[in-house]
Parts: sequence; structure tokens; C-alpha cells
Amino acid sequence: MFDFSVVTTWINQFLLDTCGMPQWLTTTIECVLIGVCLLLAYALLALFYIIYERKICAYIQCRVGPVRVGPWGLLQVFADMFKILIKELIHLQNIDKFLFALAPYLVIIASMLAFAVLPWGNGLQIIDFNIGIFFLIAVSSIGVLGILLAGWSSSNKFTLIGAMRSGAQMVSYELSIGLSILTMVCLAGTMSVGGIVSEQADLWFIFKGHIPAVIAFIVYLIAATAETNRGPFDLPEAESELTAGYHTEYSGIHFGFFYLAEYLNLFIVSGVASLMFLGGWMPLHIPGWEGFNHVMDYIPSIVWFLGKCFLLSYVIIWFKWTFPRIRIDNMLALEWKYLLPINLVNLVLMVLVIAFNLHF
Amino acid sequence: MISLAINNALLALVALLTGVALVALAMWIAGLISPRSFNKSKGEPYECGIPTRGESMSQFHIGYYLFAILFLMFDVETVFLFPWAVKMRALGTDGLLSIAVFFGILVLGLVYAWRKGALEWK
Repeated sequence: MFDFSVVTTWINQFLLDTCGMPQWLTTTIECVLIGVCLLLAYALLALFYIIYERKICAYIQCRVGPVRVGPWGLLQVFADMFKILIKELIHLQNIDKFLFALAPYLVIIASMLAFAVLPWGNGLQIIDFNIGIFFLIAVSSIGVLGILLAGWSSSNKFTLIGAMRSGAQMVSYELSIGLSILTMVCLAGTMSVGGIVSEQADLWFIFKGHIPAVIAFIVYLIAATAETNRGPFDLPEAESELTAGYHTEYSGIHFGFFYLAEYLNLFIVSGVASLMFLGGWMPLHIPGWEGFNHVMDYIPSIVWFLGKCFLLSYVIIWFKWTFPRIRIDNMLALEWKYLLPINLVNLVLMVLVIAFNLHF
Repeated sequence: MISLAINNALLALVALLTGVALVALAMWIAGLISPRSFNKSKGEPYECGIPTRGESMSQFHIGYYLFAILFLMFDVETVFLFPWAVKMRALGTDGLLSIAVFFGILVLGLVYAWRKGALEWK
């Protein structure tokens, strides 16, 4: 497999030795480079996800979706982003101005930090803490704060109710996400993202941990759908009752940030699912099938990772356009009375499987 | 890994600053090219065409608060489970027994909340 650390080491050596730069200048330049790459990847991926969802929902509803701007309507999303940029930012009277301005920052920062932890390919990973997956869970919960602040500071009854619903929903389902990841951490024996990926070199965790891993995967997918505030759990922004939920009062690009972060969160939850269950960037390897494994290695690692992410995102988008929106009491009962007990039992099951060495 | 001889904390800071830069940059560009107009009724809270009655930052349903408290309890306990999960194989039976007691208390907490009716949305 092509190792991207060759490229990064080369850049480092080039700056240090060929250009003869001091260490601090090299570090600064590299940080700026990483920042720019991160920004570009973030923006392009969000734009891609917008067109991706619009096309999928169109095909599910027997429409064609955007087709006029560019080939297959691919440039529609750039036009939309430009339009949102030239819209007026309306100044409201009774809002808490500081918190109102702070909320988009928190939402974007949360998704950006979580985004930087994901392993994109062999050697293509920005932050690799030894507690990587824990760091990811921790930073992604900052997003709830942003949403609560957005709803509260807007001084509007719709936004307040939307934010409260969103807060209750996201914190509840975060528990399920945390516990199903915990179940897989038991199997992995490490929390480092790079370590988790290399643990799956022989077989992906969803096959390795068989029954408990499959249960954890299903619970994770349901919880992830709720965590990203997507349908059937989109009651924070139920348009028929709350107009737009917590971002009703945001206009122009201010609203655009919430929109971007929502799509990026979709990518992040599918990224975490592919990391924890489907091997991250690791190709499909089956023990004993040497030839098959060798052929799979020819597909670049970044293609594997993005392919898994897009496939899982497709499933989550499919949920949205298939199931009707559920009521808040049902939503909370689903988490606290079904998913959480299932998760706790599943954790015990996973411990038993590991203790008696029943996994592959 | 793009370690590039920089440690991870610095990289996390870079990611954070990138997030701030994205918002600040887009807000700056939008401030330059978006139109500005003043109209007093534009600044009013969005409502169905009528002025908002009463205070908007008002009381909300107690249920949200209850679930937040429950979440806090379980989330803190999950934090204690993570270090054990990593070292599970090394700690062996002793670790398993200790965590089983802890886990039992966690489950008791859930059962208590359930029986008390804290999980019902009223």
C-alpha cells in the first residue's frame, strides 16, 4: 500500500535541509499547510455532501434533482454557497449578541477537531493521540453547546424549543455512541486511531467481534442518525412545528455554518463507524486468502476510507427519506429504554466473548 | 501519520484555529459583499407575523433538565469504563471483578431512574 508519510516526510526534509530553514520556521510552515489542507478538505467535502444528499433524495422520490448548473447539476452547490454568501446578515434587536456570534464558532470548531482525528489513508492522518477515539467523542460534544447557545441567544420561542429538543436528543444519543465505541475499544485494546486501524489488518472488527460487534454497529448507526439531527430524528428542526428549529434567526452565511457543520457531522459519524467497525482505511482482508488480500491492497487506502464513509452516509440519508419523524417521548424512550439497556448487555456479551476467546 | 516532528497538541490547536479561521473568514467576506439595509421590523424575532408575547428566554419543560442530569451521571461513569476497556486483557480477573461491581452500580442507577419514572416524558 502507498504510504502517505513518504510525502509528508519529504516535505519536512525539503523545508529543513534543501531550503535550510530553522526548525521553528519549518514547523510554522507545516502547521499553515495542514491548516489550509484541512480547510479545503472540510469545505469541499461539505459541498460534496450537499449535492450527494440532494441527488439521493431526488432519486428516492423519483425526481432527477439539480441538473441545470454544470454537468448533472454538480455546480449547483457552488452557486448555492455563493448565493448564501451574498445574502444580508440581519441584525436582530433583542438577542444576546456575544452568544449569538459565538454559537457558529463552537459548532464549526467541534466538527473541525473531530474531522482532524479521522484516518484518511495510510499515513494520512493529522491528529493521532494515544486516546484518539476518546478525544473525538469529547470534542464532538462541544457541538451541543453551540446548538444550545444558538437557540437560547436568538431570543425566539421556536429556537428555544428547537435547541432544548436538540440538546436532550444529542446528549441522550451520545451515551449510546460512547457505549458502542467502548464495546469496540474492549475488542481493540487501544484508543489510538492508528492503533485501531492496524488492529484490523487481518480482519475488520465487525467480523472479528461477530455478534456483539454487529449489535454495536446497528446501535451505533441508529444513535449516529440521531446525533446528527437527521430524520427520522429531525425533531429539533421539525419544519412543520418549529419553522427551522435552533437556527431560525440566523441568516445568510451565519446559517450556512450550521448547514456545513450538519453535513460534516454526517461525514464524521460515518467516518467513525468505518473506523470502529469497518477497518478505517484498511482494505478487506480475509485470513488465509493471500491472493485476495493482495488484490485488495492495490486499491488505494483513501479510496477505501472515503468509499466506506459514502456508503454509510448513503444508509443514513436513506433512513431520512424512508422513515417518518418520531415524537419526542418515543425518541427518548428509544434511547433510554431500548438502546441503552441493549448496549449495556452488549458490553457484557463482548467482555464474555473476549474472556473466553470466542472472537476471530 | 503527518507527525512532521510536531506533537499532537499543537496539531489540535491548528485544527481549532482552522475552525475559527473558517468562520471568521467567511463572515468577513460576507460582511464585504452582502447588502445592508435597515428596517425596524426586520430586527424583530421571527414569529408568524405578530409581535412575540412575553419573554422569549423563558422557562422550558423540566423534562429536558431531567434527561441532562441522567446523561451527566451515565457519561461520567462511561469515562471510568474507558481506561479499563483499554487495559482489559492486562488487568485480568481482578480488573473484571472490580469493574463488574462498578457496572452493577451503574445498572442499579438506571433501574432506579426507570422505576422512579424519570424516563417518562410527561
